[in-house]
Amino acid sequence: MDILKFITAGSVDDGKSTLIGRLLYDSDAILADQLEALHASNRKNDDGTIDLAILTDGLKAEREQGITIDVAYKYFETDKRKFIIADAPGHIQYTRNMVTGASNADLAIILIDARKGVVEQTTRHSFLVSLLQIQKVVIAINKMDMVDYSEDTFNSIVADYQKIAAKLGITDVTFIPVSALKGDNIVYPSTTMSWYTGDNLLQHLETVEVNRDNTAAHARLPVQWVVRPQTDELHDYRGYAGRVASGAFKVNDKVTILPSGFTSTISKIEMYDKEPAEALAGMSVTVHLKDNIDISRGDLIVNSAGEPQLSSAIEADLCWMDTRGLDTSLTYLVQHNTKTVRCKIREILYKVNINTLEKDFDEDFKLNDIGRVVIKTAEPLAFDPYQENKANGGAIIIDSRTNVTVGALMLRQSAE
Amino acid sequence: MSRNRLDYLDELEAEAIYILREVAGQFEKPALLFSGGKDSITLVHLAIKAFRPGKFPFPLVHIDTGHNFEETIQYRDEMIARIGEKLIIGHVQDSIDEGKVIEQKGKNASRNALQTVTLLDTIAKHGFDACIGGARRDEEKARAKERIFSVRDEFGQWDPKRQRPELWNIYNGKIHKGENVRVFPISNWTELDVWNYIRRENIPLPTIYFAHQRDCITRNGQLMAASPFLNMDEEDVVTRKNVRFRTVGDMTCTAAVESYAFEIDDIINEIAESKISERGARMDDKVSEAAMEERKKGGYF
Repeated sequence: MDILKFITAGSVDDGKSTLIGRLLYDSDAILADQLEALHASNRKNDDGTIDLAILTDGLKAEREQGITIDVAYKYFETDKRKFIIADAPGHIQYTRNMVTGASNADLAIILIDARKGVVEQTTRHSFLVSLLQIQKVVIAINKMDMVDYSEDTFNSIVADYQKIAAKLGITDVTFIPVSALKGDNIVYPSTTMSWYTGDNLLQHLETVEVNRDNTAAHARLPVQWVVRPQTDELHDYRGYAGRVASGAFKVNDKVTILPSGFTSTISKIEMYDKEPAEALAGMSVTVHLKDNIDISRGDLIVNSAGEPQLSSAIEADLCWMDTRGLDTSLTYLVQHNTKTVRCKIREILYKVNINTLEKDFDEDFKLNDIGRVVIKTAEPLAFDPYQENKANGGAIIIDSRTNVTVGALMLRQSAE
Repeated sequence: MSRNRLDYLDELEAEAIYILREVAGQFEKPALLFSGGKDSITLVHLAIKAFRPGKFPFPLVHIDTGHNFEETIQYRDEMIARIGEKLIIGHVQDSIDEGKVIEQKGKNASRNALQTVTLLDTIAKHGFDACIGGARRDEEKARAKERIFSVRDEFGQWDPKRQRPELWNIYNGKIHKGENVRVFPISNWTELDVWNYIRRENIPLPTIYFAHQRDCITRNGQLMAASPFLNMDEEDVVTRKNVRFRTVGDMTCTAAVESYAFEIDDIINEIAESKISERGARMDDKVSEAAMEERKKGGYF
């Protein structure tokens, strides 16, 4: 059994919290005492049924305001799969929270209110999904009960959305008509939409295939920690510990260490008391090399047959996440996998109006702004374009005055 | 194992090991907070996998309320002897003796709230910049929103509105002097995941997790172990029951559940069918709906 991580994008008005609540409620993922608290709450729907949205409202401040401020993680499982939901807020002022939630998602559910169809927010969420390169997209057309479960309405929204998907290069989209409030097509098939013959939402989540990049060409191991016991019996033991970011390493593979460029051969792969023949993407391993090379935290071990780019001037997409705007005169830190170096934003190429997707050339890069920049780093980064290999193409910017994470970078290409 | 995706326990294990190694790589003086409960026992097992054949790059820290189950203390001492790592103990009794906290009075008196002070003092005394803990996001609504690297100010406070964005698996451990980071490597595990992992890995546990006979009283609808630490009066009727504990905290705030689960398989079946969530057996969360959020803001783990 594997784990599917997904994000839900949409606002309270679209019924996002109700959709998640419904998914948890109908799949029996709510325990008795939580259910008791739910029934005891005085928040009810208009028809007197319990408001399932309460299940996802975590913080007191959020309950008071009736909105979702931060990403909340929810866990449930069926006999086919385990699920981690990142429930992110949908309003534009929480774009950074959605980007946070989207960064680890295999799949995104974008909600559309059937009464309103494709709106500005749909475009924005879809843009973020494509920016963060989420593999699979589900368009849940919600509140079908409010449009008499009309197939025509559904079809016209599908047609509208396909235009956006084409524009953004989103290729893997599944459309499902649902009513989170009434429970249609969430966990149980709808009795009112016989015209829809596809999977319901849970069936789709249980069976959709998501893949990890396990090709040798993309074998990347960021070194986190060097294991050197330096005891009498393990005097020469030197293992490089890390989690394989992408690809696969085998014993006897020729590898290159970056940024130094030294080469060697893998002599042994360890996982505590096991010695697997292969280290696959996602595994935390300790690797030994035939040659004694100076390697430390922050170095990247890659398969010599497919080296990444190595550059200290890099074009990247940037999402700004701090209330203090971007200052091109400041020196920031950039953290890319296990490596942290100083950097500057050398140039702002453009910003994107994320509601209309039009380019914007004003120089002011503020909270929740997204655009394209060129960064200059104090030491070269060994990266892959985010579009090709997410695991080695994402980085964060840290403001060294506050130590806060202020930006998310999707690296694109060397700009040297 | 499919070639594309790891089995879920392998995935969760690999993620936790990765997080532990990030702590080792990013901090100068980390510590692992050990409560004697199954979650922190799981963390110790994961640390063994992350750092052997080397030593842990951090000590274990136990905040001892003085009201622990004796089985927990016995387990702790045996485990430390077995793994050969360093243990630092912070005593709530010391905080009481120093006048930093005052023992609660009355029937529901507990040292649970007092241990926050001892914890913060222990962190300050040793200058720990990162404290690894076994909290999980599925435990409680406030925890569902907490980051894996969660920054605390010098008063140990968590500010849910000022959390750092946390993207991909890139954890920002940069802090100012006096601040520290709480790190939660098993954030993404559920209670059942922990049990399934303990079974798979054959991790020994304190005996109180398994069904046993014990003198209990019923208080606020929950079964509490009768003990010298619990303020009892003539209304409290002691009965001998077959019980086990689902979480292991202080004897005064950890409720037992009636159970005949003598083996780990029984426990897993019991939890899978269970209708009460794990923290539902913790009286300290019952005070108000926002109880956990308030305590976390104050520095509680």
